[in-house]
Amino acid sequence: MIEKGHVSVTTETPQRLVIGWLYGTKMNIYGDRGNVLAIAQRARWRGIDAEIREIGLGEPIPDDIDVFFWGGGQDQEQVAVSRDIQGAKGEQLRAAIEDGAAMLAVCGGYQLLGHEYRPHDADPLPGIGLFDAYSTAGQARFIGNVVVNSRWGTLVGFENHSGLTFLGEDVEPLGRVEVGAGNNGTDGTEGAVYRNAIGCYLHGALLPKNPALTDWLIEAGLTRRYGAAALAPIDDRLEQQAHETAIRRARATR
Amino acid sequence: MVETDTRRARRLDPRLTVALAASKLTAMGIRRLGRGGGTSAPGLVADRLDGAMLTKLTGRLEHGAVVVAGTNGKTTTSRMIADIFEAAGYAVVHNRSGSNLVRGVVSAFVTRASLTGAPGGEIGVIEADEAALPELVRRTHPRVLLLNNLFRDQLDRYGELDTIARTWRAVLTELDERTTVIVNGDDPTLVAITDDIRAKRVCFGMNEARHRLDALPHAADAAVCRVCGADLAYHALYVSHLGDWYCPNCGRARPELAYAGGNIQLHGVESLAMDITPCGEAARPIAIGIPGLYNAYNALAAVAVAREVGIGWDVIARAFAAFRSAFGRIERVTYQGRQLTLALVKNPVGFNEVLRMLTAETGGLALPTLIAINDLDADGRDVSWLWDVDFELLATGDGDLHTTGLRGPDMANRLKYAGVALERIHPAPDDLTAGLDAFVAAVPEGGAGYILPSYTAMLRIRKTLADRGAVDAFWQQ
Repeated sequence: MIEKGHVSVTTETPQRLVIGWLYGTKMNIYGDRGNVLAIAQRARWRGIDAEIREIGLGEPIPDDIDVFFWGGGQDQEQVAVSRDIQGAKGEQLRAAIEDGAAMLAVCGGYQLLGHEYRPHDADPLPGIGLFDAYSTAGQARFIGNVVVNSRWGTLVGFENHSGLTFLGEDVEPLGRVEVGAGNNGTDGTEGAVYRNAIGCYLHGALLPKNPALTDWLIEAGLTRRYGAAALAPIDDRLEQQAHETAIRRARATR
Repeated sequence: MVETDTRRARRLDPRLTVALAASKLTAMGIRRLGRGGGTSAPGLVADRLDGAMLTKLTGRLEHGAVVVAGTNGKTTTSRMIADIFEAAGYAVVHNRSGSNLVRGVVSAFVTRASLTGAPGGEIGVIEADEAALPELVRRTHPRVLLLNNLFRDQLDRYGELDTIARTWRAVLTELDERTTVIVNGDDPTLVAITDDIRAKRVCFGMNEARHRLDALPHAADAAVCRVCGADLAYHALYVSHLGDWYCPNCGRARPELAYAGGNIQLHGVESLAMDITPCGEAARPIAIGIPGLYNAYNALAAVAVAREVGIGWDVIARAFAAFRSAFGRIERVTYQGRQLTLALVKNPVGFNEVLRMLTAETGGLALPTLIAINDLDADGRDVSWLWDVDFELLATGDGDLHTTGLRGPDMANRLKYAGVALERIHPAPDDLTAGLDAFVAAVPEGGAGYILPSYTAMLRIRKTLADRGAVDAFWQQ
């Protein structure tokens, strides 16, 4: 599906990047597969061998993943996934992040990286506590464009969530919302960052139109594998146009 | 029946009459002001004055009402059904403009009804929006309810698929044996929500040997067993998650088909033919002048409805021979010496099927194509859905790809990540008229091209084409 790159820069020994897509087919309801595509394509356009591995229910975390992606699912799937990530699997994921692996988690995946998710009328779904954060079912649904100011510059995406996430003291927010509700609609934060792991509510898909963030994830993954990484610049004109248009639409429709 | 109907219609209902008069005046006012087709405001007025109007009017239809629902194909399918009913000699009340929320349906009935409350037709065809379906079913007590498919669509508006399925299930359990529910048996979700209902269930589906998919597309949603949670498997997969499915864990499987389609012949962007086999009978060939596998499903659904209402095969064939597609769904126009084919794209499954149709004959995209993506309410404000469409199909072929619309740049970027060569991607101005002009200028005179717009982009482009003399305005049809 994703084999065709544009540019192939050949080096003598091509570098590798292994992308681990947690629960790929089960947690991909908002086009978040675009994030996996963006990581793989931007690596390939620089001559890096990018491999995508899905990590399904009941399957262990492979020990050679450089960049993880974890998307959102429907309620039923969220319950199954919460159960699956407990125990050894969650420990393996935490260990990889502690060791420097990169990660992007969106919506449902983001919530399960916190301590727990508290639904309205059911028992809390435990997360893995990578982020010092918890989420709770809200009354309203936040739906709309989001613009976030972050240390990766301005990020733009689309939120669609009723869960509210509250950050503790041991985690940084991804940034502050200029447009949109963000983590909980009250404290102005959006997302969370711990080491090289990012969680957030931004769909869109996020990475294809925020290439600076994508490249940061790739660099973090390569740095862990090779000790250092320097990505060659690529022609980003279409990405930048998509980025700027999305920000303009967000500001116009807030 | 006829006597009862006449007697009822004669018994004046002052509230109904006042509501009808007021909403008819609203419709006239809107037309006089030139504000488009005036397809929903009269319904709003009527609803305020007599909330039971729709129930009263549909209750007076001699042959009852047919409600048509599904994520994709409901406009096309309900037009096929209405055309078949007309060919059978019935006067049909139908929200033909595609205005399919409750007020749009009420408006359509207001237009046809007399001030005394006669419904102005013998049978109703009601196209229902997914979110409006429960309310429309409760108000109209349909004789036939067609559930065509349920795909992921505009999550910002409808919520997740499970949410829609739950609200549909709730209303389905309220129906009794007076309603026949005609269900796409190839859709495991629709089968699950119609299990054990009191209404009569009739399933249709495909037994097709050639037009199959190798694997579930990314846009597919319902690949798990709704009863035991295991992943479903398929003997054959046709469109998205539609196919001859079974659960390897608990043994649930596609129900027996009362109407089975097969031997499908697809003729490019022009037409299709297929055989339809009613359970225990010989196969019947049908042909219709609209293209694509998705329309084979729509035609099969329309035939199932017509047969359940007791209409003969010769009448169906006559209606299909004269069928014209709904505005913008698939349309061919000549404009400035170019042959342009317009096909509406509104969600991942629909878009995938259009791409499949455009690339079927050559294996790639042969003609220059304009993709016009807006992000207004009716399009879905979230353009994430573009990432679930398999644009990778377009990476082969020579056709250039032009993009326009409020989210044209998102579309151009999507094509880049699908592996389409940069020299084939041409971002046109976001303004749709400027985008259309740039595209048309790039198509050689005497040549042909495709235009694939999202919903509001389709309305705008079609209006531009109409203003310049290429097509008729839709509400005149």
